[in-house]
Order: sequence, then C-alpha cells, then structure tokens
Amino acid sequence: MSAHAGSHHETNYVKVWALLLVLLVVSVVGPMAGIKVVTLATAFGIAFVKAYIVARKFMHLDLEKPIVHWILALALVFMVLMYAGISPDVGRDSGQRWEKTSGWHHLPPQSEHTSEGQGGEHAPSH
Amino acid sequence: MKPIATTRSSMNIATGKLAVWWVLVSEIVIFGGVLGSYIMNRIAHVEWGEQASHTNTWAGAFNTFVLLTSSLFAVLAHQAAEKHDGKKAAQYLYYTCFGGLIFLIVKSFEWAHEIREGFVIQSGGFWGYYYVAAGLHGFHVLAGMLVMLWVADSAKKNQDLHRVENVGLYWHFVDIVWIFLFPLLYIAK
Repeated sequence: MSAHAGSHHETNYVKVWALLLVLLVVSVVGPMAGIKVVTLATAFGIAFVKAYIVARKFMHLDLEKPIVHWILALALVFMVLMYAGISPDVGRDSGQRWEKTSGWHHLPPQSEHTSEGQGGEHAPSH
Repeated sequence: MKPIATTRSSMNIATGKLAVWWVLVSEIVIFGGVLGSYIMNRIAHVEWGEQASHTNTWAGAFNTFVLLTSSLFAVLAHQAAEKHDGKKAAQYLYYTCFGGLIFLIVKSFEWAHEIREGFVIQSGGFWGYYYVAAGLHGFHVLAGMLVMLWVADSAKKNQDLHRVENVGLYWHFVDIVWIFLFPLLYIAK
C-alpha cells in the first residue's frame, strides 16, 4: 500500500468527479459562442484544469514523493526539446529532400460517390 | 514468496509503483510527441479546421464523461484497497472496465460512421492524426482494461492489493490524455 494511506481518505471523490463534469459542460458549451478567445479559454484552458484536478486528486500527485515530480519534469523537458526542434520546419511546405504533398493539406472524402481519381482542393460535399 | 515490487522500495517509494510512474513518463513522451506535432501542424494548416468540422463533438463529450466516471471508479477501487477491502476494490475495477468498454463501443461506432462517409486515414493531415492519436489512445484503453481484469481477479481474493493503485495510476493517465484529445480533435473546428 502507498505511504500516504489514510491521508486522502477524507477526499470526497464524488465531489471532485462532479466538479470535473461541470468543467466538461463548460468546455463543450463555451466554444459554441464562436468567439476565439472564449474557445481557447473554455476548451483548452479547462482541459489543463481538468488534467490538473485528475492528477492531483485522483493520482494523488500532491502527496507523491519528490522523485515522481522530478521524472515527470524530465518528460516535460523532452517534450519542449522536441517541440523546439521540430516547430521551425512544420510551417514550411518544403525543405532539403522533403516536400509536403497536396494530400497533406486536404483530400476529399473517398466515398462511393466520388471517383477514385478525384483530387484537388474541393471541400467535401457534406 | 512476495514479488520484489511489493517488498522493496527505491527513493522511498515502492518499486512497483515507481515502475508505473516511469511507464507513464515514457507515455507522456509518446503522446506528447503526437499531440505536440499535431498542434504545430494545426497552427500551420488552417484548412485542417474544415476537416475537423466532421468529427462528432457530442460523441467525444459523451466519451469524456465515460472516462471521467471510470476514473472515479478507479480511485474508489484504490480507496477500498487501502481499507483492505479487496472484494469492493475488485467490484470498482469491474465498473472501471465497463466504462472502458462503453468508450470503445462509442469510438467504434464513430469510426465506422466516419469511414462510411469517406474520411479515412489518408484523407488529409487532420484525419491521419485523428486516427493515429485516437487509435493509440484506444489501444491504451484496451490494454488498461485487460490489466485491470487481471488485477481485479487477485484483488477479490485480497491478494496483491498494491496493484489496484498502480493500475489506477495508469488509468487516470489514459483519462488525462483523452482530456487533451477531446478539445484538440472535437472542439477546435
């Protein structure tokens, strides 16, 4: 059993779950306003809040030993390094010995109503 | 003879649990790589928004509800295991698995519909990421369910109850990944 047994028995997990559901509703309803800032705040901002609550209350990260925090920080450092290494190339369409095909940007759906050879920049007919 | 993961500790933490945290760290790098590159490409390719508009937000929201609820059962199983109530812990683990099953059923209906509509993995950059990220996540849900059934089997005999917490940690992580996948694949249109 964990070393922090007993210290989180008082946590009302159902209340935490209810809070997560409220946040879920906000993250679905917020973007319906169609305002970019509100969408970013409600959908993505709330995703971070929900993840934090799950990590803290369900995974008991606040009660974990420092080693756990350190190895998690290590993973985040690797992610930042990867992002920094790749991001300069992502916005470009070509580079040394590579080129993005048109399919990378868009291909129409391959339903039975569309012919096999159809391509180009048409939007899907839905 | 007790497994070494239950009898030995390293850095003041049980080795079995520490091993799970290391697995989760490697998972962060895997999913972080997929999601990070998706975000970069999404910013660079505005037209992906049109492709994303075909995903079903309500199915994604329902599945978020299902996973959050299954996470509640996972932590209640841990709580029961702390009280040495193996039978109750196993029961909650079965509920958690049931949540995972509902999640996968909804996902399979969703994918079947999208494929019928002609949106397959080669239909563009967005759909490539959609199927890879959601598929990888679905595979993790399935793997978590199988391990959980195995843990529940020993938990109901009051054996190896420390595993209940360990498998719960994994399940909460899978939940957290979905918490980020939901807005990225279903809301940002």
